[in-house]
Amino acid sequence: MPVSFSLRQVEQVRGNVRTLTTIDLDIPAGEVVALVGPSGAGKTSLIRLLDRLDDPASGTVSYQGAPLASIPVRELRRRVGFVFQAPVMFAGSVADNLTIARDLPRPTSSNLPSPAAPVPRERAPRPALSPDDALRLAGVDPALSTRDAQTLSGGERQRVSIARALMTNPEALLLDEPTSALDPDVADHIMATIRTLADTMQLTVVMVTHRLAEAKAASTHTVFMDAGRVIESGPTDMMFTAPNETRTRDYLLREDRE
Amino acid sequence: MIVAPQAGSSSVISLHWLDLAFASALVLIAMALSAWQRLGLLRGFAIGAVRAVVQLVAVGYVLAFLITTRRWYLVLLTLLVMLVAATVTATERQKHGRAKLFVISGTAMLVGAGVTLTYVDAVVLRLHPWYDPQYLIPLFGMIIGNAMNGAALAAERLTGEMELRRGEVEAYLALGASPARASAEPVRRALVAALMPTLNGLMVVGLVSLPGMMTGQVIAGASPITAVRYQIVVAFMLAGAVAITSVVVALWYRSTFFTAAEQLAERRAG
Repeated sequence: MPVSFSLRQVEQVRGNVRTLTTIDLDIPAGEVVALVGPSGAGKTSLIRLLDRLDDPASGTVSYQGAPLASIPVRELRRRVGFVFQAPVMFAGSVADNLTIARDLPRPTSSNLPSPAAPVPRERAPRPALSPDDALRLAGVDPALSTRDAQTLSGGERQRVSIARALMTNPEALLLDEPTSALDPDVADHIMATIRTLADTMQLTVVMVTHRLAEAKAASTHTVFMDAGRVIESGPTDMMFTAPNETRTRDYLLREDRE
Repeated sequence: MIVAPQAGSSSVISLHWLDLAFASALVLIAMALSAWQRLGLLRGFAIGAVRAVVQLVAVGYVLAFLITTRRWYLVLLTLLVMLVAATVTATERQKHGRAKLFVISGTAMLVGAGVTLTYVDAVVLRLHPWYDPQYLIPLFGMIIGNAMNGAALAAERLTGEMELRRGEVEAYLALGASPARASAEPVRRALVAALMPTLNGLMVVGLVSLPGMMTGQVIAGASPITAVRYQIVVAFMLAGAVAITSVVVALWYRSTFFTAAEQLAERRAG
């Protein structure tokens, strides 16, 4: 199975707190991967590393086999979209939010370290999406384009921020608790959208969630974290029925019953 | 700012030490009122009044000395001391990247004040000699005072906006935007805040405010028409100096909020 992101001996420290301890993990390409675990498990710390929003204290994070430090950071961030827990709308209309993302200057290698060899893409670049197509894929009625983005509901904002992330034509999409601030039914709809999106756009998706039902329904792979460590990872079916580790079983199966 | 009366002008009333003693009654009123209202400012007023007397008398002697000796290096040394004092004042309240901000603000004020003062010296006033302390030091004093406020406001507002808009800035970075693009709105707001007092000053000058320099020249016996012309030069000079200083501070200080890998720098602990 081709690997999208891989982490080797990764440690992270924020402030004086160790948030990640000796992480070794491969994220399979083209899958929907859920990062689950209790609060403080290090899920957000880990997913932020993948878009180089933070650098690890030690260890190596690679994308397509290339260490992140060797990839021009703006190129990485265009190829790997990131959706935050609290969606931030830029000033202007919904359409403005999308065109801002589309029209950002393409990364130039002149001012950044260029990789020894170009990092291979996960697949041939598809033609760029139109703003309306991106909105449709994210489950937003394109009629909303002209609305002031600040007036949207929480669920609409999160969908627009997903559509905005699609405007850079990414190969992978990272989502940090994308539904935690939303009503459960809105959250379920967005999860369904993400799953469809991953299939139609052939995206590698990594999402942090603390809602196990969400992980179970939407993901193909599940990574269970606790106290800064990856306890176990594998196909979602296996993880939610017959995990190897006691801690995984205690958490995934107990919480599942609630 | 008192400009020395021109030869032949006889309209200035000389003040003697006894006159100043009479004037001190007025600051005593402020002290009495703050004691009565229990503002806790009595001690502050007492220290402030003494400091004002000591500082002003000292600067009066320094100016008199500089104007008599007319040495270019002594004039430049004085300007440098003023610049350093202004830089300390502009940066002492900031916590984020303070050592770097000291260098940034000092350089920004040097550039802002240097460019405008050189221009006024060489093109507008055409001073002979170029370092004529009677003009250079009062003008630099006004410039550096305003540039200092511009630098402090720009830095303070940028810090606040970068904290307030952390999510927005990071959302831009995550889309592959440059740090400059990601922080465009915080920088814009910091610059507006830094320039607003100068703009307001231009709007109300002569209506609600009679600038100190103009007032001083008129009291010193200069014709109001001459005083107004000087004031116009000063107003424009301040606008230029504050704009240059604020832009240098905002654009340079911005870099301290990002890491080399174009990430948000970690929040300061606590």
